[in-house]
Amino acid sequence: MSSKAKSISMFDGAILLQALKGSFTKLNPSKLVHNPVIFTTEVVAAMVTLLWLRDMISGSGTPLFSGQIAAWLWFTVIFATFSEAIAEGRGKAQADSLKRTKSDLVAKRLKSANGKDYDVVPATSLKVGDLVYIEVNDLVPGDGEIIEGVASVNESAITGESAPVIRESGGDRSAVTGGTQLLSDWLIVRITTKPGETFVDRMIALIEGAERQKTPNEIALSILLSGLTLVFLIAVVTVSGLAAYSGTIMTVTVLAALFVTLIPTTIGGLLSAIGIAGMDRLIGFNVIATSGRAVEAAGDVDTLLLDKTGTITFGNRMATEFIPVDGIAEEELASAALQASLSDETAEGRSIVALAQADYGLSNTVLDGKEVAFIPFAAQTRISGVDIGHDQIRKGAIDAILNVAGLTKDTAPQSFQKAVDSIARVGGTPLGVTHNGKLLGVIHLKDVVKPDIKERFAALRAMGIKTVMVTGDNPVTAAAIASEAGVDDFMAEATPEQKLAYIRKEQQGGRLIAMCGDGTNDAPALAQADVGVAMQSGTQAAREAGNMVDLDSSPTKLIEIVEIGKQILMTRGSLTTFSIANDVAKYFAIIPALFVVSYPQLGALNIMGLNSPQSAILSAVIFNALIIIALIPLALKGVSYKPVGASALLRRNLLVYGLGGLLVPFAGIKAIDMIVAALNLV
Amino acid sequence: MTLVGWLQISLTLLAVLLAIKPLGLYMSHVFAGERTFLSPVFNPVERAFYAVAGINQNREQSWIAYTFGVLLFSIAGFLVLYGILRLQDILPLNPQGFPGVAPDLAFNTAVSFITNTNWQSYGGETTMSHFSQMAGLTVQNFLSAATGMAIAVALSRAFVRSNMTTLGNFWVDMTRATLYVLLPLAVIVALLFIALGMPQTLDGSFTATTLEGAKQIISTGPVASQEAIKQLGTNGGGFFNVNAAHPFENPNAFSNYLGVFSMLVVSSAMVYAFGQITGNRRQAWALLSAMAILLIIGIGAVYWAETSGNPILTQLGVDPLQGNMEGKEIRFGPAGTALYAAVTTGLSNGGVNAMHASLTPLGGLVPMFLIQLGEVLPGGVGSGLYGMVIFAILAVFVAGLMVGRTPEFLGKKIESREMKFAMLAVLVLPLAILGFTAISAILPVGLAGLLNKGPHGLSEILYAYTSAAGNNGSAFAGLTANSIWYNTTLGIAMLLGRFAYIVPVLAIAGSLVGKQKVPASAGTFPTDGPLFVGLLIGIIIILGGLQYFPALALGPIVEHFLMLSGQTF
Repeated sequence: MSSKAKSISMFDGAILLQALKGSFTKLNPSKLVHNPVIFTTEVVAAMVTLLWLRDMISGSGTPLFSGQIAAWLWFTVIFATFSEAIAEGRGKAQADSLKRTKSDLVAKRLKSANGKDYDVVPATSLKVGDLVYIEVNDLVPGDGEIIEGVASVNESAITGESAPVIRESGGDRSAVTGGTQLLSDWLIVRITTKPGETFVDRMIALIEGAERQKTPNEIALSILLSGLTLVFLIAVVTVSGLAAYSGTIMTVTVLAALFVTLIPTTIGGLLSAIGIAGMDRLIGFNVIATSGRAVEAAGDVDTLLLDKTGTITFGNRMATEFIPVDGIAEEELASAALQASLSDETAEGRSIVALAQADYGLSNTVLDGKEVAFIPFAAQTRISGVDIGHDQIRKGAIDAILNVAGLTKDTAPQSFQKAVDSIARVGGTPLGVTHNGKLLGVIHLKDVVKPDIKERFAALRAMGIKTVMVTGDNPVTAAAIASEAGVDDFMAEATPEQKLAYIRKEQQGGRLIAMCGDGTNDAPALAQADVGVAMQSGTQAAREAGNMVDLDSSPTKLIEIVEIGKQILMTRGSLTTFSIANDVAKYFAIIPALFVVSYPQLGALNIMGLNSPQSAILSAVIFNALIIIALIPLALKGVSYKPVGASALLRRNLLVYGLGGLLVPFAGIKAIDMIVAALNLV
Repeated sequence: MTLVGWLQISLTLLAVLLAIKPLGLYMSHVFAGERTFLSPVFNPVERAFYAVAGINQNREQSWIAYTFGVLLFSIAGFLVLYGILRLQDILPLNPQGFPGVAPDLAFNTAVSFITNTNWQSYGGETTMSHFSQMAGLTVQNFLSAATGMAIAVALSRAFVRSNMTTLGNFWVDMTRATLYVLLPLAVIVALLFIALGMPQTLDGSFTATTLEGAKQIISTGPVASQEAIKQLGTNGGGFFNVNAAHPFENPNAFSNYLGVFSMLVVSSAMVYAFGQITGNRRQAWALLSAMAILLIIGIGAVYWAETSGNPILTQLGVDPLQGNMEGKEIRFGPAGTALYAAVTTGLSNGGVNAMHASLTPLGGLVPMFLIQLGEVLPGGVGSGLYGMVIFAILAVFVAGLMVGRTPEFLGKKIESREMKFAMLAVLVLPLAILGFTAISAILPVGLAGLLNKGPHGLSEILYAYTSAAGNNGSAFAGLTANSIWYNTTLGIAMLLGRFAYIVPVLAIAGSLVGKQKVPASAGTFPTDGPLFVGLLIGIIIILGGLQYFPALALGPIVEHFLMLSGQTF
């Protein structure tokens, strides 16, 4: 149910080195221009560097001061590019291991649709529609649909899961993925994807960030940040005019320092790292998303459609209770049921044995040494059982077993009728038991809801997400399971058309829908849903239709996906708040420093008691640069999400990042100022 | 500060509070086109208007057509007013025989009145004929206010409609705002003002013999009628040069509090109407709470600063318990002055009952800062509401991200298009205020108008552009603004502050009206609770503070510290 994230150490040595290199190549202005805040910082840093050179050459001004300001402005830019590089670096490590599976694939291309004559060709020369033959130990050369054959396949290269899976033609398990390996048998596969666009190729591209496009929320935030940058540009440029009126001549270096400390460099610098790291976390959970947009949409999801079988219930009916008719002891019924099921290898049979052993302390060796003949289940009789000598024990569908007992619905004992009705009412399946034609009672078979699923749905509800169970069961059964599992709504006797219609209806009401599915008949609904998670084990059609693929094929993964989507947004919002709140302290550091020569009385605003005007300005710039580095781990890890409701979440984040953002820089700038003064840097 | 002072302030605000719901409810009916108790009177007039103007009142407009209507109407209003002012010497009702208004002053004044600013580079009683005051200025007092209300109504509709393209009809909204809301209220308030002793006559002036036997010419005119709409429409342009400090324009404490009440009532009720139109009255109360909290802090700050007095005067033997009475009217006292000063600036009214330049440095800082916060406390009629909605959108954007959802306000998703226009609107004020102030502070033409030097002089310039760009219209006094430089640049600042703000607001409305309304869930951040009110207040203060802190530091803040060390300007 819950899945462990594959983790790559945050500061792996090799990644760190790679990122360090990357942070310099990313200084290229044509690449940096997509990040307006940091691009602006770079321009300002270049400008101050020129001023420093002028100071050095002409021997005028304060080269020691302007040089240090220039250096720290460059550090601000480099720390920002470094954060992006390190986020990408972690993905690259994962991509490299994927690439290894891809290299040197060869294909056995069939010459004709009939027969097994083939040419060995490089996998890169395959075309869509080609048929390939794959034998034991061969690597699958490309993505395709199985035409013929059954085989067990090792998909660990993609899923990281070492247990082999069965792939066969027809049905919902007919897709194979390039780079996986056949462990048994043979397959004939029709290639469905061009080389270079296969699943693994797309995965690599996504992980490396080559296909990364800004998501809608990221664009909106960038606009906010650019707008704030312009506001501060206006404030800083005009302050030079106001200062001139007041008799202060301000140097460009000082104005540049003021400007860069005010603009939201913290969030601007970490913005792309947050997005990349979010996708990365998703990959850590073994989910591949085709776009960042889909991940963010997951954070907005209002309604979740979940298949009952395998997601909410274990998928098999299990015995939960023995209900004897009047005059029969529970033990007698349990014992008969046990004996009738000992050789029944179906999940139901095993569950009857398990229940009898667990609740009645019966042994599964009662029949050892006896002469027994098992009667297997047949679709015609709908009865199975065992003959022990002349003892005949039978279990089966109610009308069939009544027949065995020589009874009809009307003549059956009332206690039997009551038991059958009550089981049907709660959505279970009753199974009758007879001993030598004598009716003993009923076994209650029931769809068992997974143990912790109710808590998960409660968590989703707290997130504001409505859960809808989709099942082919009749409404009575569906209602019973729905109430037991704690879903908000259910769709019984669901057909693919109904699913599609339901999604459309919800979307018209302005809601965002997520669903997961694996079958070809899920494909339209997956495509229509805002977030469609296809199971890796599913068909090619389903995988194409969804915008995410879960490599573990675990439907409850949607919960993690939603959390990651929310985390990305939360991290952005929190760091934006932090960044803006920081400015208050910076003003108190820089404004008195700027004007204290003309108006010594403004020293009253120097509430931090900073040493000198120059050290105050330098300290603010240093703080501004270092805070980016300090927040990289948070940007990569994401602000933690707890399903406690929006208000509580906001209160907490406002307290931590709003109030924290207000206070932290006062302490930080003061501390840096003390060091700057102690080292006599200015 | 005294208990009686606070009691007067509280009672005035309480009266506004009581009036908000009935008036807001009535306004929402008016803008929905529903029948009200005044329909029998005004409906025929309204229909006659539409018939003459060829307007089909059922045809709605897209945001572009609506904006076009606003701009066209304002340009027409400008041309008519400019013409009246230039030609007042040949127009009737000019008992004092004033000449035509000079081109730059006419430009400045016409812009000032169509933008609901009512900045006055002139002295009314010595420049304007009765015709100019009544047919020119007072008409625009109605129409510019009605325009603001119409835009606010259009924006309100954008939140309640889904997947539509139209926002209503500007001509209809504007006509209804004038006929059903402003006109009846103005008649009532004008009559009350007359009862309180305000003159209402077409005579120009009369001559009085003073006790010393000298002859004194005392100007008068149709004061009460102009005063009523000046307050109700948050215009603020006075009949007389000294505005509401003049005994004819604000004869006593009662007229003072009635003035403050009428300034606040329409703007506040507009917010309630917003709640009514959008079907979310709790949201309206949340916005009103944020406005009220900031405004009351502002009133308290001015009141405190003014009663704290001036240490320099104390040294000269003035009783510090008197507070700072420089520039104040005895009949209002510090409480009545503080209330008026904070409300008139929080509100984009701009009328004054004391000279703000004579307030203490911190007492003068507050009104200036209240304008710089964006005129949303509760702001001009309509304009305050749409300004506040812009802030709410910004607050919701940051907050929405922090709870892990695409931000939404009243069920509408706030995405890049809305952010783009919101940021454009936000940029207008600092650009106009700080840009022009910085230029004027270094150009000789700018410095020529200054009465005082030092930080006080800077405050005079800063206040002027703040007032113009914020469409407030109040003057700090001290600055001689009737020069070509100031008339022109203040005019441009007013135009920017009004129209460069309105266009993005209507663009946002146009974008929102086309969106599907999203139902709220437990994951949606509620925007009608105390948490949001706090967040909104925080955003407004931090955004305002970050933009203007350097300028304020060099103006009133440093002046305050200098005053403490014994230096004045």
